Amino acid sequence: MLLFTMKRLGLAVLVAFTVSFISFSLLFLAGDPAVAMAGETASGEDIEAVRRLYGFDRPMLVQYADWLLSAVQFDFGQSYYFQMPVSELVLSRLGVTMTLGVCGITFAILTAVPLGVAAAIRPNSLIDRVALFLSVAGQAMPSFWFGLILIVIFGIQLGWLPPSGASSPAHFVMPTIVLGYYAMPAIMRLTRAGMLDVLSSDYIRTARAKGAPEGRVLFRHALRNAIIPVVSLAAVQMGFMLGGSIVVESIFALHGAGYLAWESIARNDLPTVQALILVFSMFYIVFTFLADVLNAWLDPRMRSS
Amino acid sequence: MTLSETHDPILKEITGPTPGQMLRKRVFGHQGLMIGVVVIAILTLVAIFAPLLAPHDPYAQSLMTRMEPPVFLGGEWEHPLGTDHLGRDYLSRLIYGARVSLMIGVIAALISGVIGTAMGVAAGYFGGRVDMVVTFLINVRLAMPVVLVALAVVAILGGSLQVVIIVLGLLLWDRFAVVMRASTLQVRNREYVSAARAIGASTPRVILSEIMPNIANNLIVVVTLEMAHAILLEAALSFLGLGVQPPTPSWGLMVSEGKNMMLFEPWMVVIPGVVLFVLVLAINLMGDGLRDVTAPENRS
Repeated sequence: MLLFTMKRLGLAVLVAFTVSFISFSLLFLAGDPAVAMAGETASGEDIEAVRRLYGFDRPMLVQYADWLLSAVQFDFGQSYYFQMPVSELVLSRLGVTMTLGVCGITFAILTAVPLGVAAAIRPNSLIDRVALFLSVAGQAMPSFWFGLILIVIFGIQLGWLPPSGASSPAHFVMPTIVLGYYAMPAIMRLTRAGMLDVLSSDYIRTARAKGAPEGRVLFRHALRNAIIPVVSLAAVQMGFMLGGSIVVESIFALHGAGYLAWESIARNDLPTVQALILVFSMFYIVFTFLADVLNAWLDPRMRSS
Repeated sequence: MTLSETHDPILKEITGPTPGQMLRKRVFGHQGLMIGVVVIAILTLVAIFAPLLAPHDPYAQSLMTRMEPPVFLGGEWEHPLGTDHLGRDYLSRLIYGARVSLMIGVIAALISGVIGTAMGVAAGYFGGRVDMVVTFLINVRLAMPVVLVALAVVAILGGSLQVVIIVLGLLLWDRFAVVMRASTLQVRNREYVSAARAIGASTPRVILSEIMPNIANNLIVVVTLEMAHAILLEAALSFLGLGVQPPTPSWGLMVSEGKNMMLFEPWMVVIPGVVLFVLVLAINLMGDGLRDVTAPENRS
């Protein structure tokens, strides 16, 4: 178990380094960053001054090492647009995105797991078909469009929910549904498949044969085992959802980290973009690492691979 | 033995339907697959024959006929789905938009398919160090938030159809690599592969004529999934204003342009969204159907 954890941790750290290098390289994708910063009309001297001021005249690897050293201390430099430290900026926006992410994954699990279980108990029944329809539709639904339709119906026509902003819990209802629905199909399918698999196994037959009540068989015996892979999928989905929050936050004008990403990309504020890519990736890396360790702890067979 | 003997009813009963007949039966008996194929065929024809089908020029603006409603909301047949805020015919833009979406889906899936399949097959076939490197690259790729990276790169390079296609093609190879690696691992130690090696077939030959045909069914399923993924991502990027740029008729862009008029003219948002939903749904139905039809356990 310890060996597995250490190996997995090593991989996570290596992945984190590679991601950090890629997000750093973005700065150089546009060509000369000094020219981009000084503006189209800047003179040669101005560009040279910017280059020296920000240290763009040094070799790229030196700049990367320098950037990384600051980044691990959570210092990403100054935002070009907001004129404040990027780390402060990101921290101030992260709360909204985390709230949205936690609400979204909770919504997804609370709808997907019961639906998946119900669908597996009675395959090909009406509830199974409804669950299948919801998951197929969810995979094909453009989330930005779904969000707009919800705003039109519940925000404007019916007036039940505030259409945009983040000042009260009610503001999070529609974004939670949109973001959660995006993660729901995969979790539901896995729950259903896992339950179907487990319900046909010998120990469930034994449990039924010895006369255990059906509710106990389903939840104590079956769901407990079927839920293990769902845990790790939920962690992966949580990582993806932080990325998906860009679209959702921009529709509902929630000023979180996703909205900040959109703003800073549109304004060419590269230090902020780099920091956000790194932060979002770190969340994904940490979530998947925790999920793998949790999985290995719950299921010893996972430790060997 | 003559050919006419195969028409003997008793013999037919003994031999049963041929594998080809069984496949045909599975394909035509699968509702989801048929619906998906028909919808995609129609939309592809619409995209190819867009100039013949579109009633107007999708770029032609007209200040006299701005924001006319579609016929089912009391509009004129001159513009069956109404006109947008610049007086452009909505139906014509929708028809040309099919070209953008399908082109993105097909080319991006092709690029990522080539990259991901090469990586996945190499990892599965050679194992060892190659496998370690590919698995690591897949992990790195999965850790990067796609929407964020795609937005940033497209914004830096400038939004155009070509840039969006290439960026998505270079980003979406992960599922190809994962699935092709697993599929190759499953078949690489089968007898026919060993047999091919034993008679002295070269490595490229073993991969191309022994491995590839036997994992092609999984490949096709991933192609459809990634086509759908690329189409949705392009729409999202264009919706955020950092993908395909106006005046190109992209469905995501049309939703974005309609958003400002959403309070008064919700149809401007609803129509392109529904078309996008139908296309992606059809592709997913086709992918799920292909998986069911080609799965070995469903062949009985």
